[in-house]
Amino acid sequence: MIVLDGVTKRFGDRTVLKGVDLAVARGEVLCLIGGSGSGKSTILRCINGLERHDAGTITVGGIRVDDQGLPAIRRRVAMVFQRFNLFPHRTVLDNVIESPVHVHREPVEQARARAIELLARVDMADHAHSLPSALSGGQQQRVGIARALALRPEAILFDEPTSALDPERVGEVLRVMRELAQDGMTMLIVTHEIDFAREVADRVAFVDQGVIAETGAAADVLTAPQQARTAQFLARVLHRNG
Amino acid sequence: MIDFLNDAHAFLPMLLRGLLVTLELTVCALSLSLALGVVWVVMGRAGFAPWRWISRSVITVVRGIPIIVQLFFIYFVLPDWGLDLPPFVAGVMGLGLAYSVYQAENIRGGIGAVDKGLVEAGEALGMNRVTLWRRVILPLGLRHALPSIGNTMVMLLKDTSIASTITIAELTREGQLLAISTFKNGSVYALIALLYLAASLPLGALVKTLERKGRLA
Repeated sequence: MIVLDGVTKRFGDRTVLKGVDLAVARGEVLCLIGGSGSGKSTILRCINGLERHDAGTITVGGIRVDDQGLPAIRRRVAMVFQRFNLFPHRTVLDNVIESPVHVHREPVEQARARAIELLARVDMADHAHSLPSALSGGQQQRVGIARALALRPEAILFDEPTSALDPERVGEVLRVMRELAQDGMTMLIVTHEIDFAREVADRVAFVDQGVIAETGAAADVLTAPQQARTAQFLARVLHRNG
Repeated sequence: MIDFLNDAHAFLPMLLRGLLVTLELTVCALSLSLALGVVWVVMGRAGFAPWRWISRSVITVVRGIPIIVQLFFIYFVLPDWGLDLPPFVAGVMGLGLAYSVYQAENIRGGIGAVDKGLVEAGEALGMNRVTLWRRVILPLGLRHALPSIGNTMVMLLKDTSIASTITIAELTREGQLLAISTFKNGSVYALIALLYLAASLPLGALVKTLERKGRLA
């Protein structure tokens, strides 16, 4: 479904992606882990064109990520942000119907009815008419997920969806993501939640210094990494968490 | 004091008529200045270089010429070129154009304060540039710009007095006419000053209210 082939990306004279090869199958949950500055968020942002890659090819469902393909790709691939990025001047409900109504010209009533269903699915229907500023981080992120689902996406990119949350709010967001995974959604998740990755991910890819250093089944990579640097990273992260 | 009150009683009807014109002029010129200000900002950020160049040139030229000269140009020179505007329209155009460059600065500042993440969220939701501006950048940018727009609005209210020079019967001109015909300069100009002050105070309160209503966090 999502295929990256030899993708490179430079910011000025700093090369952050140095030839990334990665494939995400339909219905697969793939977690990208790695240290800060390793390039894992940049990989995500190149897939929906928030950053333009310099070389290599990225395709989503056979469509290339370039000026021509981007509108179609953004219709198929949704994104959930670390800092939620809900529109602060619109209510929860209006955030969710923003793209269906104002980008894809769905009738308002139909979009609204579906938005209420989606909000119920993330347990936020009671807050449909609140402004984002009245919500906790965990609540905002669940609305962010509902907003992503409103696109009827074939895949969702999650960019550290729980990193900006208070620890006690992480669980409610992970629960929603776990349900999505069980429903067969294709998910590419940049995360530091190793336990969540172990439980939910089909595969894990370890990103280090702009390349995919190791990839494999979640249980294998996370419990018996083949690469020394993967093991070092996991030791650091798990030590910090434990 | 009694004299002043007598004068006020005699002069106020005429001055209030002038104040009404001043307020009409302010509202019309304000609307034009905001609309043009948005145009300069959007053009200034366009991908097509000539648009950016035009925007920069207009701002530089308009900012470098006194408002009174711009008004004279529109009211006295344009008729030579076949464009004969009524005084009120000329005043709105001149003040609106002159103030549009300040509004452009206000709006640019407000837009600069819009969270980049929200723009990315819009892009990720599939918005094209027009939708992004209409639904995200402008509504949020204008909210951020509101305090400085309010400030500019009060300056504009006072600068409508310049329109007295192109025969618009606004507050200052009505006052001048009264002063010339009655020689009561002290009373007349004191009343004018009080009326401008009285008009600017509610404007300040209006801005405060708008800020409170538009507050996001």
